[in-house]
Amino acid sequence: MAPAPWFGLKGKAARKTARQSVDALPDGLWTKCPKCNEILFNKELDKNLRVCSKCSYHYKLGAWERIEITVDDGTFVEADAKLTAINPLGFPEYDTKIAKGRLMSKLNEAIITGTGEVGGIEIALAVADFRFMGGSMGGVVGEKFVRIVEHAIEKNLPVITFTTSGGARMQEGILSLMQMAKTTAACARLHKAGLPYIVIFTDPTTAGVHASYASVGDVIFAEPGALVGFAGARVAQQAGVVHRPDNFQTSEFQLEHGMIDRIVPRKDMKSTLIKMLQFCGCEEKSDAA
Amino acid sequence: MPPSEWNVLDFEKPIADLDTQIAEIRRLTMERGEDRSDDIIALEQDRDRLLQEIFSNLKTWDRVLLARHPKRPYTLDYVRIMFDDYTELSGDRLFADDHAMIGGIATLEGRQVMFVGQQKGRDLKDRQYRNFGSAKPEGYRKALRLMKLAEKFKRPVICLVDTPAADCSVGSEERGISEAIARNLMEMSTLETPVICVVLGEGGSGGALGIAVADRVLMLEHAVYSVIPPESCAAILWRDPTKQKEMAEALKITSTDALKLGVIDDIIPEPPGGAHRNVDLAARNVKNALIKHIDELAKLKTTKLLDERYKKFRGMGVYQESTEE
Ligand SMILES: [Zn+2]
Repeated sequence: MAPAPWFGLKGKAARKTARQSVDALPDGLWTKCPKCNEILFNKELDKNLRVCSKCSYHYKLGAWERIEITVDDGTFVEADAKLTAINPLGFPEYDTKIAKGRLMSKLNEAIITGTGEVGGIEIALAVADFRFMGGSMGGVVGEKFVRIVEHAIEKNLPVITFTTSGGARMQEGILSLMQMAKTTAACARLHKAGLPYIVIFTDPTTAGVHASYASVGDVIFAEPGALVGFAGARVAQQAGVVHRPDNFQTSEFQLEHGMIDRIVPRKDMKSTLIKMLQFCGCEEKSDAA
Repeated sequence: MPPSEWNVLDFEKPIADLDTQIAEIRRLTMERGEDRSDDIIALEQDRDRLLQEIFSNLKTWDRVLLARHPKRPYTLDYVRIMFDDYTELSGDRLFADDHAMIGGIATLEGRQVMFVGQQKGRDLKDRQYRNFGSAKPEGYRKALRLMKLAEKFKRPVICLVDTPAADCSVGSEERGISEAIARNLMEMSTLETPVICVVLGEGGSGGALGIAVADRVLMLEHAVYSVIPPESCAAILWRDPTKQKEMAEALKITSTDALKLGVIDDIIPEPPGGAHRNVDLAARNVKNALIKHIDELAKLKTTKLLDERYKKFRGMGVYQESTEE
């Protein structure tokens, strides 16, 4: 590969030039890794499941991208796609934010739920999407999550959930707080039914979601380097927490402190899920059925 | 009570002035033996009218200040008045005893109950000892341990909520504050004994909810219950923490809001001017409400109790289900 035009420049100057040069490249061809600054060819990045080939930085995935790399081809059936938010408090600018969230994510809400197969095993799935208002949990996320869990109980299916969320949706006020109780109560019923509940923290999983249905899995996996924690940086700052360790609120921090079972790189996620499902007694769907 | 300048909210000042005048006349009556009872009665009537007027026009932010009032009775003040007997029990059996979350066995007019609740401190030293009412993972785990103990012996659980938020220090993250709260939400949703919760002062987000998944959730009239403190929400959404008053209105955090939104079952009235003006009366009101609900819930079979608890939280929140694409 020919040296980049900014070759020879050092440090800040090089990075600045690199950024300008990338900006100058045709849209959608290249991406710069936010962690190691490597310039990545988008096609290669996609092929690598949107993980930096140099430093293993895991890019955020949209819910559909996640489903695509997790669920067996052609098996996913979406549930409750038509649930949409209303503005229960008449909260200022909430309607605009919903519209913006839809535009940015091309989704109706911050979570996609449904059923499908993983390695031939039938599962119920809930996948959050950070692009829709930071994956925040309001009435729709809570209801969709509970419905898919109740469906799993009815149909005897394991539940897998990929979380990403800034927390409760503040624009729905106290009603969003109650989604924590609502979703976690459904998880209690899932456990009582003896069905597997597997949670995967992806970047970021924090606050109201982290402190509710995300933290009660039979097993909890996390993608490398994800931000995972209770109090968002701004909330903690407001509360006067100043000194924070370097790896604070990362997957690695949570593993070190015994809060998750395992950090699983994206390329190994599906096989790890299959192993876990098999341990839990889930079997491949037979064609006869 | 001679009001000290420190502990009087702005909108309480006219009331405090009248209180001072009344106290002064009483003192003179004692010293000089004059009969000024007519003056006192007139002033007291003025004061009560003023109280009525001020308190019927409270803004949401005023209620936040009332809920955080330095003189507001805290959990243990209610415990002392309401229960015939109280024996504190400590520790989560895992790490430590949390002084921001307390609990123990108690009797409520002859009924054996388990009590858990957050406790704030009154003076500076006490406040630090109680961590400002912000419980750590060990606090939530202690609360759950005591609730499980109550379940084993089929005693009702009373949860008294008064917390700005759960503790969010590095230590609490290390010991899994999210896990502790999440586990409480899950275990409380299936706890096989009646659970009654009263938000006494600040119902601060997940920190409050961590002991508030109950068959009956009640709120004192001037308590607040919110997903986030208004000032933090203003800082995050509007990048302006000084817009706390507007945000307090927008977030709909008062007891009347919570009742309208279906988040609580009932409002417990406070004495005129707030619970701090008559702690005994406030505690009596809470006690009567607790007895009423405990006796009602005692009649339910466990399966029905749990079904209704599930349905109650299952039904919270709003959404629309459109038929078009
Ligand atoms: Zn990289």
